Amino acid sequence: MSGGSGHFAPLGGRLFTRTFAIASVLFLVAAVVLAQRFAGGLGAVANINDGYPWGMWVVVDVVIGTAFGCAGYVMALLVYILNRGHYDPLVRPALLAGLFGYTLAGVAVIIDLGRWWQFYNLLNPELMHGDSVMLEVGLCVLAYTVILWLEFAPAILERLGLRRAERIFDRGMFLLVALGVLLPTMHQSSLGTLLVVLGHQISPLWQSQLLPVLFLVSAILMGFATVVGEAVLASTGFRRPLERDLLGRVSRVMAYVALVWLVLRVVDLSVRGAFPLAFDGTVQAGMFWVEMTLHVVPLLLLASPAKRNQPPVLFASAALLLAGGIVYRINAYLVGYDPAGGTWAYFPSVPELLVTLGIFGLEVALYLLFVKKLPVLHRPEAHQA
Amino acid sequence: MGVIMRDGQDSGTVPDHYDTRTVGDPDGYDGALGGLKRRDFLKFCTGVAVTLGLGPGFGIRIADAATKAERPPVIWLSGQACTGCTESLLRTQHPTLESLILDHISLEYHETLNAGAGHRAEQHKEHILDKYRGQYLLIVDGSIPTGEAEAYCMVAGRTQRQSVEEAASGAAAIIATGSCASWGGIPSAAPDPTNARPVNAVVKDKPVITTPGCPANPYNLVSTVLHFLTFREFPEVDDKGRPVFAYGRLIHENCERRAHYDAGRFALEFGDEGHRKGYCLYKLGCKGPMTYANCPVIGFGDVAGEGAWPVGTGHPCFGCTEEGVGFFRPLHSLSDVENVEPPSAYPRVQAEEGEGVTPGAAAVVAGVGGAALGAGAVMTSRLARSGKGDGGDDSAGDDNARE
Repeated sequence: MSGGSGHFAPLGGRLFTRTFAIASVLFLVAAVVLAQRFAGGLGAVANINDGYPWGMWVVVDVVIGTAFGCAGYVMALLVYILNRGHYDPLVRPALLAGLFGYTLAGVAVIIDLGRWWQFYNLLNPELMHGDSVMLEVGLCVLAYTVILWLEFAPAILERLGLRRAERIFDRGMFLLVALGVLLPTMHQSSLGTLLVVLGHQISPLWQSQLLPVLFLVSAILMGFATVVGEAVLASTGFRRPLERDLLGRVSRVMAYVALVWLVLRVVDLSVRGAFPLAFDGTVQAGMFWVEMTLHVVPLLLLASPAKRNQPPVLFASAALLLAGGIVYRINAYLVGYDPAGGTWAYFPSVPELLVTLGIFGLEVALYLLFVKKLPVLHRPEAHQA
Repeated sequence: MGVIMRDGQDSGTVPDHYDTRTVGDPDGYDGALGGLKRRDFLKFCTGVAVTLGLGPGFGIRIADAATKAERPPVIWLSGQACTGCTESLLRTQHPTLESLILDHISLEYHETLNAGAGHRAEQHKEHILDKYRGQYLLIVDGSIPTGEAEAYCMVAGRTQRQSVEEAASGAAAIIATGSCASWGGIPSAAPDPTNARPVNAVVKDKPVITTPGCPANPYNLVSTVLHFLTFREFPEVDDKGRPVFAYGRLIHENCERRAHYDAGRFALEFGDEGHRKGYCLYKLGCKGPMTYANCPVIGFGDVAGEGAWPVGTGHPCFGCTEEGVGFFRPLHSLSDVENVEPPSAYPRVQAEEGEGVTPGAAAVVAGVGGAALGAGAVMTSRLARSGKGDGGDDSAGDDNARE
């Protein structure tokens, strides 16, 4: 997916920096924990139990990780479906974010599967159950991960100098883009449907027939926030000019999406009469207000068109919205979840947390590797010209 | 000269096909089976019909057959057996033994129940075998010693093999009841000093119906006999001669503990929490997944009804009805599973419910959260500061920039 090769260039420079080293150490620690996990089983490292079969690895690495990964999805939507070509400089970094978000979510699923060696059965049509939401999520995420790699392939081919292969990819790109927009639309909403299936075990503060819509809108929101946040970080970190106009326009779209999400959320809560629960002083109510605050504050920050393209406002609103999306998912999946039939309890164990941190570290290290060695970031001179 | 002499009639013919004209006067059913009221009697017959899988409409034919004056003679031979099959027949409730042998059949020879003994009993048997040749029903329990060991089971100077062969040659039909007669049972298990064989290994020219079990459930035997009396033919049987109405399903399929198996809840040793909670006994060696019988449906031995059977009392099924399982497989060895395989890894009997937050985990979460918050704040303020200077092309930098 490129707006003409040559507009993007590898950053170059030294790979082994302090950030890279810290990220690598985090990953190595996680690797030790994972060796323990594969040798001794899930119970050896994770706190998940029969009441809380989905713990940190599912909620953070998969549900939240793929929401971060929606950067590629929203940019493809903007640039190719809505035909806003001027956003093109943001596409490859966004795709890279999606690539890592989804690939590492897939890795996290394997880690979290009790009998991971049976994973291939997901693809056996004889064993498929057509009514399963989980099957849909599994197949969609798998398919979209492949699509993301194909969408990103031109960057790799360009680096290798395989011009002809790159042209073939360019010709088929419309199909990849179409699938790349369809698949996340399906499974990001299904991540909400998974909770609808859990019924009364989810607190009324989060349980709703609108969950699929809320999850989809929230994923789009997090996708935009990732694009903006990543652009600001890359520009400061690599001392590059910031695409302020573009980001200002993206943040305007982001603000509208945040508004849509908030309106849906509030109307849904009111219609279902669940609001009183937000004032009963429980941990759930407290977390609900954290979630709402993290969505309202960035919306206020972005309200003024004049300030919208200021780097601090861009960064703060993107970071807060990402935090809001994270808290929303943790709330819906863990805080608002009360398993039936027992006094179940769950809090991630230290090894679980270390694995999640390690996957985050791997993501940072790979990002540095990719942008330095592959044409991912837009050429500053090409943009200014 | 058995304890039960037949009615005066020498022989009788039972109509081959059911015909409405043969339905007797309903009032004539009053007093049947030793004084049952008409209603109770018809209820019983309908129950038998349903047990056989025939549908309630067949109850009237069962009733007709049961009230016919002619009762077919039955010869019962016991071989190498513990008499358990007879003992459990004595306690049958559906119908009771007395109504079976007084009203349904004419039990001419049975070594445990004979009134006469010695030469008189044998003389009577010879008389019946001769007089009702081609009409009597032969029931055998116990296995038959063969080869060099044939002489280990002799009655009245004849080996069991000779007795069975002689009686089988003139029998209208043959039923082998109990596991010993059906497939060899405990006498055929190692070291098998008598070379014990089932009836169908000795009688090869006629079909042998088998109702295995240790002991055989009298309900299944009596139902099979009543089916024969009613229709002059046996119910549908499988390749081992077992009536499918009783032996068509694995114990595992109808087991009251099946839901525990499917959910992965197993008793791991006798008396543990899972065992006390009534979990599946598969891991204690239950042979239900490879044994065909109707014990979970009708209970064991027709004694106390549903629920009164080994698994119902907390002991694994040991596969008594199944050739090569009961007495052959170690009692607590894991069963083969003929249909759905169990998972290769089982959950524990006592599920851990989670310990909640630990100080270490809380510290890590707080640390990461704090670091993210701090980094975000620092980043924002740096952006704000540099933003005042040179607009978009800022160079606040992070670790990576200061490489």
